[in-house]
Amino acid sequence: MVFLNFFISGISLGSIYAIIALGYTMVYGIAKMLNFAHGDVIMVGAYVCFYAIARYNLPPVLGVLIAMLLCTFLGIIVERLAYKPLRQAPSLAVLITAIGVSYFLQNAALLLWSSNPKVFPSIIGRGAYKLFDGALSVSHVTVLTIVTCLVIMIVLSLFINKTRLGKAMRACSEDKSAAQLMGINVNATISLTFAIGSGLAAVAGALLCSAYPTLMPTTGSLPGIKAFTAAVFGGIGSIPGAFLGGLMLGVIEIFAKAYISSQLSDAVVFAVLIIVLLVKPAGLLGKQVTEKV
Amino acid sequence: MSMSMSMSDNNQPILKVENIHVHYGSIHAIKGISFEVKKGEIISLIGANGAGKSTTLNTISCLLHPTSGSISFLGETLAKIQPHKVVEKGLAQVPEGRRVFAQMTVQENLEMGAYTQTNAHDNAEELEKVFALFPRLQERRKQIAGTLSGGEQQMLAMGRALMSRPKLLMLDEPSMGLAPILVEQIFDIIADLHKTGATILLVEQNAQMALSIASRGYVLETGRIVTTGTGQELLSSPAIKKAYLGG
Repeated sequence: MVFLNFFISGISLGSIYAIIALGYTMVYGIAKMLNFAHGDVIMVGAYVCFYAIARYNLPPVLGVLIAMLLCTFLGIIVERLAYKPLRQAPSLAVLITAIGVSYFLQNAALLLWSSNPKVFPSIIGRGAYKLFDGALSVSHVTVLTIVTCLVIMIVLSLFINKTRLGKAMRACSEDKSAAQLMGINVNATISLTFAIGSGLAAVAGALLCSAYPTLMPTTGSLPGIKAFTAAVFGGIGSIPGAFLGGLMLGVIEIFAKAYISSQLSDAVVFAVLIIVLLVKPAGLLGKQVTEKV
Repeated sequence: MSMSMSMSDNNQPILKVENIHVHYGSIHAIKGISFEVKKGEIISLIGANGAGKSTTLNTISCLLHPTSGSISFLGETLAKIQPHKVVEKGLAQVPEGRRVFAQMTVQENLEMGAYTQTNAHDNAEELEKVFALFPRLQERRKQIAGTLSGGEQQMLAMGRALMSRPKLLMLDEPSMGLAPILVEQIFDIIADLHKTGATILLVEQNAQMALSIASRGYVLETGRIVTTGTGQELLSSPAIKKAYLGG
């Protein structure tokens, strides 16, 4: 029963990683860049949600929606101002810019909201479902997180595979000039990708802070890095890969905390990542990219 | 070329390229090219590797912008517009090396070709036409495009471009890397398309094939047009024979 409890916690944490990892992997798939500021968008989303719920007493659902809307705009603006001018630049320049944007967002948050930790009100309360006569307790937040992640995964898969815009995104991720020759607006597609990724980051922020209620300007960094790891683990660029990688990372982390050592849990996670990448360099579901001649 | 004034509207050029220069950084790739394509013609641009054939097509598609000179399509100047807008105007390019979306199915590739066309009924009709032209694609519609053979990928790339119902179809090296029998098959299809009224701008290294179906041809050498004439004239020209047709 304890095992099951850990497993459910792992899936729940993994669900949050998966939602964040989707943002990394979609942006990488289409813009071929690692958006290291993605983790900080989570933090901005969480702050917006915090102020909406705790200060302005808005209903949590509305708070999350406002956070999603603002983060969507933030994502589009960051892409326009920081990354779009570098479309033809070497990838190292883009990477460094992304790290710069990350610091910019953290410091802007520090100025706006100070370094004092805020206690995030859970968007669904602190109750729990008691199962097996109370032997297993699953919090509402856990259930909400897992369900949200599943819904996002299903909706996103349908969008990518079935809709005209989703297919255009896949076409852009494969070959941008060929996509342009089809009449696809590549810049608009990249903006759309950032918009979706950042909107999801806001959801992840609200869920993350509902489960771990301390909110600070650096709150997004570590989950951001972990989710990036999850995206690489699953195969960066692959949407099912981000999902699988996120869930596995969450489960491994919680098991490592429970059965090995809570201090060593991150080390265990990264050790597993290294082993997986040694065996499958493109990640679990990643495609081996062969250079075109 | 000035005699087009006295001719009917049908002979107004669909595409008019006037004295364009294109640079890649400091490399002067196209050094003042002018030519035109009239409705219903097949125009072949032939020339060796590096003569500037693909650069010319990519400039017309607005993937590259000329440093000087002008390109007009259906009487409208294509200056500094984004490549996806060009497709909306009715210009489709089948790029060199086919460039099909390898991880998408044949059908999805064709749907991407019709990206600018939002009328579902017309798209379904066009899809049937493409399948009639390339029955192989219909057999393999659910297959991932990356698993097709080179010839099938060329057919897919052509079908994909036709899905946008172009007023001018530009083909970049359709024979590249194909076995001779497939090259003949592809050129038969190009000739068939021409018979049904399509206007085609063809870029080829295979001068023999390209000139044999061409209304007119232009010979490109290191960024300049050196010779022009009807397909037959060029085929029988001793200089062209020597340089491009193996004696």
